[in-house]
Amino acid sequence: MDHAKQEKLEVEKTKFERIIETGKFKELMDQKKKFLSPYTVFFLLFYFALPILTSYTKLLHQPAFGDINWAWIFAFAQFLMTWTLVTIYMKKSSKFDKLAADVTEEFVKKEGE
Amino acid sequence: MNTTVVILFLLIVASTLIITYFAAKRTRTANEFYTAGGGLTGWQNGLAIAGDYLSAASFLGIAGSIALTGFDGFFFSIGYLVAYLVVLFIVAEPLRNLGKYTLADMINARFDAKKVRGVAALSTITIVIFYMIAQLVGAGALIQLLFNIDYWLAVLIVGVMMTIYVLFGGMTATSWVQIIKAVLLMAATVVISFIVLSKFNFNIATMFTKMKTATPLGEDFLNPGVKYKNPLDTISLMTALVLGTAGLPHILMRFFTVKDAQTARSSVMWATWIVGIFYILTVFLGFGAAAFVGSEKIVEANAAGNMAAPLLAQVLGGDFLMSFVSAVAFATILAVVSGLVLSGASAFAHDIYGQIIKKGKITERQQVLAAKYASLGVSVLSILLALFAQNMNVAFLVSLAFCIAGSANLPVIVYTIFWKRFNTAGAISAMLSGLISALVLVSISPSVFSPTEGAAIFVGNPIFPLTNPAIISVPLGFLGGYLGTVLSGKTDFVRFAEVKFRANTGYRDK
Repeated sequence: MDHAKQEKLEVEKTKFERIIETGKFKELMDQKKKFLSPYTVFFLLFYFALPILTSYTKLLHQPAFGDINWAWIFAFAQFLMTWTLVTIYMKKSSKFDKLAADVTEEFVKKEGE
Repeated sequence: MNTTVVILFLLIVASTLIITYFAAKRTRTANEFYTAGGGLTGWQNGLAIAGDYLSAASFLGIAGSIALTGFDGFFFSIGYLVAYLVVLFIVAEPLRNLGKYTLADMINARFDAKKVRGVAALSTITIVIFYMIAQLVGAGALIQLLFNIDYWLAVLIVGVMMTIYVLFGGMTATSWVQIIKAVLLMAATVVISFIVLSKFNFNIATMFTKMKTATPLGEDFLNPGVKYKNPLDTISLMTALVLGTAGLPHILMRFFTVKDAQTARSSVMWATWIVGIFYILTVFLGFGAAAFVGSEKIVEANAAGNMAAPLLAQVLGGDFLMSFVSAVAFATILAVVSGLVLSGASAFAHDIYGQIIKKGKITERQQVLAAKYASLGVSVLSILLALFAQNMNVAFLVSLAFCIAGSANLPVIVYTIFWKRFNTAGAISAMLSGLISALVLVSISPSVFSPTEGAAIFVGNPIFPLTNPAIISVPLGFLGGYLGTVLSGKTDFVRFAEVKFRANTGYRDK
């Protein structure tokens, strides 16, 4: 790698390091993390609860409504859970998009891309 | 074979060829070949994802499983759907923001190392080959049953069709075949479910009550535990289903066909609604087949239950509906295998030839040619393999593909996006440990070794007790990535800053 290219690479490297240190980018990451971490943990727990309960207990064998037992109710609840989380995420993500657009704008302005 | 089947079959073939003809005019550059120029809208790509995802295994396999084992068959539907939350929350947007044509592109946004690209291509190709053999063997068996022709001829018909779509129409033709197939499949499923429900006076509670006595399983039909008796095996299977989807190359590739992360996101939303409604309806298909066809007749037609849905269609709507469902099943297979050919070809032509051998110094024309040769190669190879693999267990091949995807691809995706210390050595060890552990554990599992002759590939006692090794191999993929990173000790924080910024904002150099 020749010297000029090396130098350019270093300048480029630092501009990305600088932008991820800005308040706005940190806020974007914070908001994403605050949303995605608890929801991811929740849906994985909710999902694995089904095979764990059906494999190790007979709890879900009990009837819930007429002859429909709790296993089916819990199974259908997985579908509702998925659709609900997708809908919530779609709403929430427009906020992320706005923040991301702000950060990008700031980046382009500052670094003169 | 009756005339209706032949007419519907020819209609599907004709309409897909017309699509291919128009798509071919719009397929001149490598970008157009691999990603349809990135011009698909959210709903189009959502339907195409559903088309890619709802393979013959889900349509025919799950309906049959529910018909024969009741609740346990429904586990697949749940796993396949919830998997989309992993895709949406973790994979879809960063992948769109960082990658170009392949998974390796995305990982290389951070490393730019040939070895990493090579290993990523290897894992893609391995998954594609297993998945492809499964689809083609299943297709051959199914078309043999549906149209009453020889296995080799059936495989050849599907093989030639998929080659034509991909070779001439690239991703544009493949996407539209998937979209049409998804619409047809949904229509068929909705119609059958509606008739089934009408037979129970549109009362779901009545349906469940009747199912208690409708099958030889009696009340157990509605309870978990008919098929999956080993708790760890059940949980392991569910792990492969929920984590594997986010690592399947042909699903990942679909996110490069849209223009930005927002569209990638809305395509997942469309896909979850379509796929979810379909999987809910598998209950009606399964229950209907169990009640109106009967398990004896289902098993008689095909031991794994694959004929449950077509047989149900015949009972409910006579020859016409049966023909329609058969034609839809045929379209389903075509769509899925075409997507697989494209993702396999991209690993060979773009990753291995274009980026590793030619070091990225390759003209547009050469790229397109390489992509076409690779598609042809992947097609011919998989047709040949499928012809020799007629007696392989299809379900085992599919679960292996999901398992490798979850073990080899998902850990490296997660680390690339989220872990600052992750490095080249870690990426290679994550993919190799996931890939190798999945392959080794499966090869010593009950799917390969069984004491009963004919139940598996070899006679003997399995060394590893679980049919699906995901519960061990996925953590091994993550552990491999961790140890590789920590032990090699090298770091590259600067590139991480770039990846973090690009992944989260979609910023690209103009």
